[in-house]
Amino acid sequence: MDFPTPKNLNYFWTFGAILVMCLGIQIITGIVLAMHYTPNIAMAFDSVEHIRRDVNGGRIIQAVHAVGASMFFAALYIHIFRGLYFGSYKAPREILWILGVIIFILTMATAFMGYILPWGQMSFWGATVITNIFSAVPIVGESLQVLLRGGFAVGNPTLNRFFSLHYLLPFIIAAVVALHIWALHVPGNNNPIGVEVKSKRDTVPFHPYYTMKDMFAMVVFLIPFAWFVFFAPDILGHPDNYIQANSQVTPEHIVPEWYLLPFYTILRAIDFNVLFIDSKLGGVIAMAGSMLLLVVLPWLDRSPVRSGNFRPLFRWFYWLFVINFIGLTYLGAQPAEGIYTLLAKICVAYYFIYFLVILPLLSRIETPKPLPTSISESVLKKAHA
Amino acid sequence: MATQAETQTTRRDFLYVATGAVAAVGVGAVAWPLINQLNPDASTLALATIRFNLDGIEVGQSVTILWRGLPVFVRHRTEEEIETARETPLSELKDPQTDAARVKEGHAEWLVMIANCTHLGCIPVGESGEYDGWFCPCHGSVYDTSGRIRRGPAPTNLVVPPYEFLTDSMIEIG
Repeated sequence: MDFPTPKNLNYFWTFGAILVMCLGIQIITGIVLAMHYTPNIAMAFDSVEHIRRDVNGGRIIQAVHAVGASMFFAALYIHIFRGLYFGSYKAPREILWILGVIIFILTMATAFMGYILPWGQMSFWGATVITNIFSAVPIVGESLQVLLRGGFAVGNPTLNRFFSLHYLLPFIIAAVVALHIWALHVPGNNNPIGVEVKSKRDTVPFHPYYTMKDMFAMVVFLIPFAWFVFFAPDILGHPDNYIQANSQVTPEHIVPEWYLLPFYTILRAIDFNVLFIDSKLGGVIAMAGSMLLLVVLPWLDRSPVRSGNFRPLFRWFYWLFVINFIGLTYLGAQPAEGIYTLLAKICVAYYFIYFLVILPLLSRIETPKPLPTSISESVLKKAHA
Repeated sequence: MATQAETQTTRRDFLYVATGAVAAVGVGAVAWPLINQLNPDASTLALATIRFNLDGIEVGQSVTILWRGLPVFVRHRTEEEIETARETPLSELKDPQTDAARVKEGHAEWLVMIANCTHLGCIPVGESGEYDGWFCPCHGSVYDTSGRIRRGPAPTNLVVPPYEFLTDSMIEIG
């Protein structure tokens, strides 16, 4: 606990601790749910209903796990966007950032597999669509797809292995989280002004200052969490998932959970062939690329100034990126027709242009505002102002 | 400044490489069964061939049956549909294939196709879309009366599974 921490951290810095709490909640409720759940296509759907209706307290435990996934991603996105704004990915924190991207991708995989387990219509068709993505891989695609499904279509072997992996992955995530925190403790925290700690005067001990602040933030975070659990446990899900899986009927619109929508839009937006790459493979490359771009972000944004507070031009493009990302989320839930396909292409284009053109360019042409000489100076100035 | 002893291959080098190779083969031999268990098991493969009786499917009617867990469309096409499919010039197609190549000789009225859209696997809706064939509601792919892709993100025509006519009214898929 003797971890000197910058004294100017704002509430966006509490989301790391909130995320650790979220992972803990998911693991504990998940272990309990696995005691009542049956991973078999004939019984899975009923066993989830059994948990919700018959198991003592099951209604709440299942709701905490399902709502917990959404809250986890809400906190995860805030945590990531905080890093993007305050330049937390820049040297010397590249490893910390890359471990974070790995956690993000693992969490998406875990959430996707978890969503298959209730074996509703969206579970089944989500699994079908996502495993079909792998068939786009040249040459080995078809075999890879059959290998993943354990059959020619999504079926019992698929459900069984997804259950096994859904149980395993959170522990791998927990291990990467441990590395992520370790990597944080080497350079120490970034902070809202992005100026490194220069003396002991710039810091306060982690305990009790940040342990208490984090705990307060957790309590506040748990208020909307509890509201969803108690009053609207199903509002974040799709009603079609309360229809048992049917391999002969596709739902009108296949919509993933809200937290995967931006990437789903990127997948769908490529509906044209590019040279020898057909539209299907193109979509897969774009979606994978959109995540892998985050890995190389520290080397795309070369501006020496970390915090967006001191980068007048960057701020405009950053907030446009945030709005664009919300747009991608919205478009993922819309049918792929008419104006939506055009808007999706525009939003996907901006996503890539932001990382590949705007950030590298800005670091060359932008004149940042003068930085405070130290954290103490900026804190004291604020107090006098 | 390499001396001769350093550049020459010695017995020790050979043992070193040989040990490494045996270790790699051993790891591979252990890993492969653990990966291969993910492949379709015997009970899944046992469903690989089915027979289906076409009697009772009227002209213009479509049924969906299951083969290897995949839905399969069996459509009794109308004369008009066959004509339209045959008259379509190949230059208009994204994945050019003649109608004759998609049905069995002498049985042009029967169209048998795996019912999963070649894009991401949804089941297209029959007798709809601009070409009066199939329309996939997921991402908007449009197929014609021969199940060929005409518009949308799907890269290829609906897949015709391997099948043959045992008699005029009995097919064996697989």
